[in-house]
Amino acid sequence: MIPIEHFLILAGFLFLIGFVIVITKKNAIMVLIGIELMLNGANLNLISFSASDPNIGGQMFALFVILIAAAEAAVALAIILNVYKYYRTSNVDEINQIKP
Amino acid sequence: MIVTFYIFASIAVLFSLIILLTKNVLYAAFSLVVVFFCLAGIYVMSGAPFVGVTQILVYIGGIIVFIVFGVMLTNKLNDKNVLSESHNCVLGYGIGVILFVGFTVLINQINFQVHGLESIVNSSNDVRQIGILLMSDYLIPFEISGVLLLLALIGATVIAGRKREEQL
Repeated sequence: MIPIEHFLILAGFLFLIGFVIVITKKNAIMVLIGIELMLNGANLNLISFSASDPNIGGQMFALFVILIAAAEAAVALAIILNVYKYYRTSNVDEINQIKP
Repeated sequence: MIVTFYIFASIAVLFSLIILLTKNVLYAAFSLVVVFFCLAGIYVMSGAPFVGVTQILVYIGGIIVFIVFGVMLTNKLNDKNVLSESHNCVLGYGIGVILFVGFTVLINQINFQVHGLESIVNSSNDVRQIGILLMSDYLIPFEISGVLLLLALIGATVIAGRKREEQL
């Protein structure tokens, strides 16, 4: 039998990998990939607790998290494309003006 | 069947480390596909087959395509690889390791009052239950999230398609 701690440790590992990617990478798309990994770590947490829940609240919440992730990825990529059109770079360190 | 979880978990850990350590953005995107597949397998194993299938459809079918298109549209693809530099490496990895040790210690100290996963959970009426719950208890979040998705897609199209000649 798999103890629930192993699920939680895996979820924490994925969350922290995503976190480190977000704070160390310079490319905006890599930052987006890190955010997706963090969302998946949180989702794994919800699913693992939902396995012992007869009315599946965790699964429902995980579905809504997936939906929010899709919406967020679409808007984030639109913003990155627009930023790239103006600055000719997607390096988040060189983007230092709010209003061009 | 128990060993399946550990196989999926080790593959997911390995490929997420590849995402962290590689410089090539496309390698990172394709490693993300493997991580998502392993997580979908773990979801199916732990009694959530609908969420696993949704994970494959939405993440691998949608978000990965978004990311690869983003890579293609925001880089001049001549003959060189699309690389991403790193900064604050020592600080970032240090914080990550410290937090991981902290998480592990805390998780092992807490006495969870739930049983672990014995084997593959019986989930024969899982989709039926999700359908009933979406139409009864979660009806308002369901409708609101539909409107949110529509607004996000319209907003993304408007932002990405905006003309900028007058400001260049």
